[in-house]
Amino acid sequence: MNVHEYQGKEILRKFGVATPRGVPCFSVADADSAARQLGGKVWVVKAQIHAGGRGKGGGVKVAKSLQEVHDFASKILGMTLVTHQTGPEGRVVKRLLVEEGADIRKELYVGMVVDRSTQRVTLMASSEGGMEIEEVAARHPEKIHKVAIDPQVGLTDAQADDIARKIGVPEPSIAQARKFMHGLYGAFVECDASLAEINPLIITGTGDVLALDAKLNFDSNALFRHPEIVAMRDLDEEDPAEVEASKFDLSYISLNGNIGCLVNGAGLAMATMDVIKLFGAEPANFLDVGGGATTEKVTEAFKLMLKNPAVKGILVNIFGGIMRCDTIAEGVIAAAKEVKLSVPLVVRMRGTNEELGRKALKESGLPIISADNMADAAKKIVAAVSGKQGRPS
Amino acid sequence: MSILIDKNTRVITQGITGKTGAFHTRLCRDYANGKACFVAGVNPSKAGGNFEGIPIYGTVREAKQQTGATVSVIYVPPPFAASAIDEAVDADLDLVICITEGVPVRDMVATRSRMRGKKTLLVGPNCPGVITPDEIKIGIMPGHIHKKGRIGVVSRSGTLTYEAVGQLMDLGLGQSTCVGIGGDPVNGLKHVDVMRLFNDDPETDAVIMVGEIGGDDEETCARWVKAYMKKPVVGFIAGVTAPPGKRMGHAGAIISGGKGTANEKLAVMEECGIKVTRNPAEMATLLKSVL
Repeated sequence: MNVHEYQGKEILRKFGVATPRGVPCFSVADADSAARQLGGKVWVVKAQIHAGGRGKGGGVKVAKSLQEVHDFASKILGMTLVTHQTGPEGRVVKRLLVEEGADIRKELYVGMVVDRSTQRVTLMASSEGGMEIEEVAARHPEKIHKVAIDPQVGLTDAQADDIARKIGVPEPSIAQARKFMHGLYGAFVECDASLAEINPLIITGTGDVLALDAKLNFDSNALFRHPEIVAMRDLDEEDPAEVEASKFDLSYISLNGNIGCLVNGAGLAMATMDVIKLFGAEPANFLDVGGGATTEKVTEAFKLMLKNPAVKGILVNIFGGIMRCDTIAEGVIAAAKEVKLSVPLVVRMRGTNEELGRKALKESGLPIISADNMADAAKKIVAAVSGKQGRPS
Repeated sequence: MSILIDKNTRVITQGITGKTGAFHTRLCRDYANGKACFVAGVNPSKAGGNFEGIPIYGTVREAKQQTGATVSVIYVPPPFAASAIDEAVDADLDLVICITEGVPVRDMVATRSRMRGKKTLLVGPNCPGVITPDEIKIGIMPGHIHKKGRIGVVSRSGTLTYEAVGQLMDLGLGQSTCVGIGGDPVNGLKHVDVMRLFNDDPETDAVIMVGEIGGDDEETCARWVKAYMKKPVVGFIAGVTAPPGKRMGHAGAIISGGKGTANEKLAVMEECGIKVTRNPAEMATLLKSVL
């Protein structure tokens, strides 16, 4: 789960990470009063969306008067912000963060992830603040410094100081940087984060160490112990189809093609998408109905896929193990009837009671195309959708 | 022989009385030598009782002492799964298979750290388990789709493993052992660990390796195969069409920072002499071609 920058900063402050003072705003009037309340001469008006690259897209502006705060807030609120992470359709800005301006002397990068190979939380830092870390990794890998943190010991002062010096934190600010990194690690572990990025971390003219931006992602498996983070979820930032799917315990991701897929198991679902592509078409979605696919779940899955107007055909690929194929077939038949299915449907079932399942489909009187294996299924749905024979590309 | 488990393995079930644990314990008990293999359950509040004749103990240690079991399987709910692994590790079991899906990563980081230097091996979490066909199955895979043979299967996915097994069966090829290592980012045995075991197993002739996007376990395994593997290996990676930054069902199946793509993995596997296919319907025919 993702949160907005202002929410991430709220969390970080609780763990002792310093940030500029700021106020989240939902209207231009909010922004006006936030700027007055913050005082000073310079403010930053920042679009709050769950995507990076906001500055380049025109979503972050420095205001040098209250009038400018007003003007920028009017312009940014409601704008469709397009960044390299939003896709070409962009994202409508509904929230702002108005912050006091900071006197930036140095921009650095600090991030944390769970590293799969060391199986530890890894602190990553670089002197190249403001740049994307992937870009730094590609161009200047020597400028990225990493330390794996032993969970039984935690981040040590020596590790924090060493990293701070390597990325060029000036000596008088080392103690603050140490506190910053301890705070970040504390927040990361306590809140079950899966990713934290402070880009940039800044050193101010007075030597203060501040998080100028904050990106936090959380482990969705651990949200049960963080109701306060769940409360920060912003459904406007999520795909409505994915939100709907999660209500029925379906794992769904929208894609750009025209063949809907309904599969049990994440790996098989990905493989099914791949085989569709191999035969020259594109999948419209990833959809894993999970192990216990009931008639109700299958029906909801069909409804979800068909809400996408791009869907011109559906491929069902089920490996019935514990789940029997005849049960799945009944679910597919009930769903097809309930949604009055009007696009071609290819069903491939394998496993327990597959003969019974196929028989049920055949006897249903529905125009369901049966397939023997995954490749055959993909070929048939691609052909049905394009009106010609699918071929491996 | 086989790897990890065989008909002489004795198993403790942690979470035997829960809905999932009870359901799958029955299926495991009814498969091949299951009746002799599944010798104990653990539930502190039901110690002294039994599950359909399988005695229940208060702790893993006690279950081990009383029955001589050396392996456990875990079905307990996600918030308690990591401590269930810890308990099995502290009891010095040889192998723990954690089926539970949805274990918080932080819990697994702590558990894996505690496991350093201990002898216990872990498979999972979020995995279908391990099966040595016609001898023993530990986990949630359908037993009847398998048959004893000489092909090893290792995979991060559940149903995609069954798919590979189904294809092998169509060609009349049985399996020595099938290991589902699970779809989580922080887990126990990796592809490379299982590959080492298959390499040393005289009853395994060749291996199907099924991977997916995310991380670099498949690359690590491929490099090891190039250097040490004495048997043919074929592979498939799911997720060529997966978009970056989107978690594809499994917590570990995500392309992040441009790393962990299927094409990258396939390329490294090919460089390392592993025959790969981009068509998941051809995993078994590809394997047969290298025998």
